Amino acid sequence: MRSVTGKESKFDAFVDKLKKESPIHIAKRMDAPKWLPIVIRIAAVVAAFLVCAIVTAFFEPSAFGTFFVEMFRGTFGTPRRVINLFWEAAILLLIALAVTPAFKMKFWNIGAEGQVLMGALMSATCIWYLGGKVSEGGLIVLCLIAAMAGGAIWTLIPALFKAKWNTNETLFTLMLNYIATAIISSAIALWVKTGSHVVGIMPNGHLPTINGQDYVLNIIIVALITVLVWVYLRFSKHGYELSVVGESINTAKYIGISVPKVIIRTMLLSGVLCGVAGWLLVNGASYTISTTLAGGRGFTAILISWLAHFNPLTMAITSFLVAFMSRGAAQVSTIANIGGSFADIVTSIFFFIVIASEFFVNYKVKFNFAHHKKNDKKGDSKDESTLSDTSSEEQTTEETTGVAVNEAQEETMSEFNHPIQHAEQTSDERSDNDETQNKEVTE
Amino acid sequence: MEKTVAIELRGITKTFGDVVANKNVDLDVYRGEILSILGENGSGKTTLMNMIAGIYFPDEGHIFINGEEVVIKSPKDAFAHKIGMIHQHFKLVDTFSAADNIILGEKCPKFDLKEEKAKLIEAHRAENEAYENYDEAEHPGPLAYMTKPKFHPEKETKRRLALMPLVGIGRRIKFNWLAKKRADVVQDIANRFGFKIDLKKKIYDMSVSEKQTVEIIKVLYRGADILILDEPTAVLTPQEIEKLFDVLRNMKAAGKSIIIITHKLNEVMAISDRVAVLRKGEHIATVNTSETNEQQLTEMMVGKKVSLNIDRAEPHDVKNRLVVSGLTAVDVDGVKVLDNISFEARSGEILGIAGIAGSGQRQLLEAIAGLYKVKDGTITYFDPNKDDAPVDLRSKTPVQIRDLGVRLSFVPEDRLGMGLVGNMDLIDNMMLRSYRKGFMFLDRKSPKKLAETIVEELEVVTPSTHTAVRKLSGGNVQKVLVGREIAASPSVLMAAYPVRGLDINSSYTIYNLLNEQKEKGVAVIFVGEDLDVLIELCDRILVICAGKVTGVVDGRRAIKEQIGLLMTKTSGDVDENQMSIDELHDEQNIDNDEGGEAL
Repeated sequence: MRSVTGKESKFDAFVDKLKKESPIHIAKRMDAPKWLPIVIRIAAVVAAFLVCAIVTAFFEPSAFGTFFVEMFRGTFGTPRRVINLFWEAAILLLIALAVTPAFKMKFWNIGAEGQVLMGALMSATCIWYLGGKVSEGGLIVLCLIAAMAGGAIWTLIPALFKAKWNTNETLFTLMLNYIATAIISSAIALWVKTGSHVVGIMPNGHLPTINGQDYVLNIIIVALITVLVWVYLRFSKHGYELSVVGESINTAKYIGISVPKVIIRTMLLSGVLCGVAGWLLVNGASYTISTTLAGGRGFTAILISWLAHFNPLTMAITSFLVAFMSRGAAQVSTIANIGGSFADIVTSIFFFIVIASEFFVNYKVKFNFAHHKKNDKKGDSKDESTLSDTSSEEQTTEETTGVAVNEAQEETMSEFNHPIQHAEQTSDERSDNDETQNKEVTE
Repeated sequence: MEKTVAIELRGITKTFGDVVANKNVDLDVYRGEILSILGENGSGKTTLMNMIAGIYFPDEGHIFINGEEVVIKSPKDAFAHKIGMIHQHFKLVDTFSAADNIILGEKCPKFDLKEEKAKLIEAHRAENEAYENYDEAEHPGPLAYMTKPKFHPEKETKRRLALMPLVGIGRRIKFNWLAKKRADVVQDIANRFGFKIDLKKKIYDMSVSEKQTVEIIKVLYRGADILILDEPTAVLTPQEIEKLFDVLRNMKAAGKSIIIITHKLNEVMAISDRVAVLRKGEHIATVNTSETNEQQLTEMMVGKKVSLNIDRAEPHDVKNRLVVSGLTAVDVDGVKVLDNISFEARSGEILGIAGIAGSGQRQLLEAIAGLYKVKDGTITYFDPNKDDAPVDLRSKTPVQIRDLGVRLSFVPEDRLGMGLVGNMDLIDNMMLRSYRKGFMFLDRKSPKKLAETIVEELEVVTPSTHTAVRKLSGGNVQKVLVGREIAASPSVLMAAYPVRGLDINSSYTIYNLLNEQKEKGVAVIFVGEDLDVLIELCDRILVICAGKVTGVVDGRRAIKEQIGLLMTKTSGDVDENQMSIDELHDEQNIDNDEGGEAL
């Protein structure tokens, strides 16, 4: 830093040049039409399907066509599969709903996995010790209460620490996941004295079936909770308070919201919902307990919540898509003989593309090939290309920060005299151009 | 004493949009001197210095360093010209030691492989030649073998050439990870200028003053001859300021040029050789400190009175509404931000609060609103609905204050960060004040009505009431905020810098709103920065400086210089200030019964 060598200043000049003459310009979208994000997202889902099909064809050339067929066969092939699909979507949705209030409050709870597991463990504990001793209905209710308490305790711990000492909730909740897993292992070791360390299907505490089908009641419960959470976030005072806390703690203090109180209350709600998810997993689906019961759904749910921009109703669609992808891909992998991890690959591709599409929702990308034309044939540049040059330059100038603006303008004046002159010659075109520029700026 | 010019500014102009930050500024800085840049808030001091330091680029004008015209486009360029700036906000890596922070970012000297190879070949060739010409008879003695040149066979040269890239890596490692030598250089600099600092200490363990020292050493280490300090004393205690000034004097003695931005007059008088005064972006004058006094500097700083034609009604039905006495508060570091503040706000009056930014205005208003912890003193509210029964507001939360039936509205300085939620729409922002009404669920109807009324009456330019407020312009944001606060029909209305960043029309809208409230019998507290506005708008003006009340003056009889002087009086007790007010009043043939209020 003591001296600026010639090389460094050359490098700076190179960077400047790159900034100005880059063929791609990225600008933030301001006030895009309402349909645009929806179209982009639908396009992303379609693209994700296509890419998944192509990837499948890599493993099994014959599978390209069968991919689509089997995707649907795996999810909608039989009534049972339809219920399975909806159940998978429902449990993902429920956990996503559980983490959403916290995220809206900008409390980065990534411990849903552990919170669900703790709920499940509490429920399983009730069944293990009280199964057969109390009536079935009473047992189910007891399980529910215990599960809610389990999940709530697991969120209350980081919430209290955050509210009192402002600890980092992300690390805290993540670590609690491992503790939850370890506690479950210990519990299983305590209960199962044989070497298998597997708690078999427990005979008591099953949720009632509807029309002979299990899972249906689960799905109804989740649907109800979805509506409740939506109402809570959108129309209740609590929901309003937590979004104010999430947006600006200073504003919250200014209008007299007690921030610690809101944090603890919201996290309790989050934990209770995770507990319900654990309860549904134990009493309504698997009837057993294991460390892999949540199966990574606690993390997938975070993605679902984010992709839906914390809107419970959109979340229903997202979780359904994710469930569809993973269930369908499982079927494809069975039929095409590709292997169990295939479902994970397909789901990741899906997430990858859909998340990437958010970039295009928020930013517009402009390609500017005219520049390269100009650079290739120096000297005989056409008015058209120079015009687009000036527009793009000035646009980037507007987009850069205040510090850079003047530098850039300065250089535009000195280095790019020649396109500007051209532009002035064709004054009509230039004024049109100006108008569009202004529009872009105001946009 | 002969002076050589270190840096010369000629005709520097800088505009941001329509705002002229600096206009045609000429300034000289000499070697081995301390120059103070003095000016009110927004007079363009920092902008001007940022242009020298390469953060901004001037729109017009020339900069000469040591007589040569230079172009400073980036801080890097500034460093190349030996200019270093110490900003108000430090840029240090918390987990690094002081020494590491100082040497951080320094480039390893370039290792040119070709050159080094050529050097090696040449060295070997030369030594081989010497070996061949070596005559043992010429160097007798038993120790002659030590000076005898060695022969380097071609094989050895080739081997060492092949290993040359490793030497480059080795040097780089030594430079980056075994930086003891560089740390020693840093220690030397610290010793030379009399900095007392442990360079092995981590930044997170350091006090503000130590961090500042690190920043200064960093600039010196990089070889700066011209140092710019942006309000260096704002964060320091008086003892620390004294220490800093000693160091600055040492640096001056070593021939460095020091520019110090400040608005504390006593410090200007204490440290600087010359003072350059800026006002509204223009360079008013540069004077030798020894030939001036605080009074003259204040006059230059605040300038002549400008008439604004703000309507001001005579207050009627004046009663004490809010009485603050002996209010004291400390910040996280234990420094007193409010020191024994006493005043009363009266119904039907606008009380102005004048002071340099950061003199405790924010803390004062927040303490009243129940947002800042009070250490000592009382805040009493006289409830107009209960026959002016006194209500103690000290150490109450905003909710408790409201539950007591105190109608206190507060327009905070940070509009989008505190008063409003930027990402929420107008309706939800209206709801901030009213959402508690009702059971469990929100009522969006009345906030919507309120939002519509405000949009209509205050002519807020917005696409709809469903637009996020952050998308509105500054003036409209402020109208929304003030509108909401007034809608609560307050009996005390506090507004901190309500016209900051607003254009003329919006500013007048806000003045009118405040005046309307005053006529309704509201006690209005207006924290402002423009003295002309304060004098024309307010009935009484409370001047604070560094957390202390330095005077209360009558808005109708106040003169700018008088307020300016009170604003910059850091040292000395109130009595002294009282005298100066009296003197000023005498000068202006104004009777000074107002003076009683200062105490």
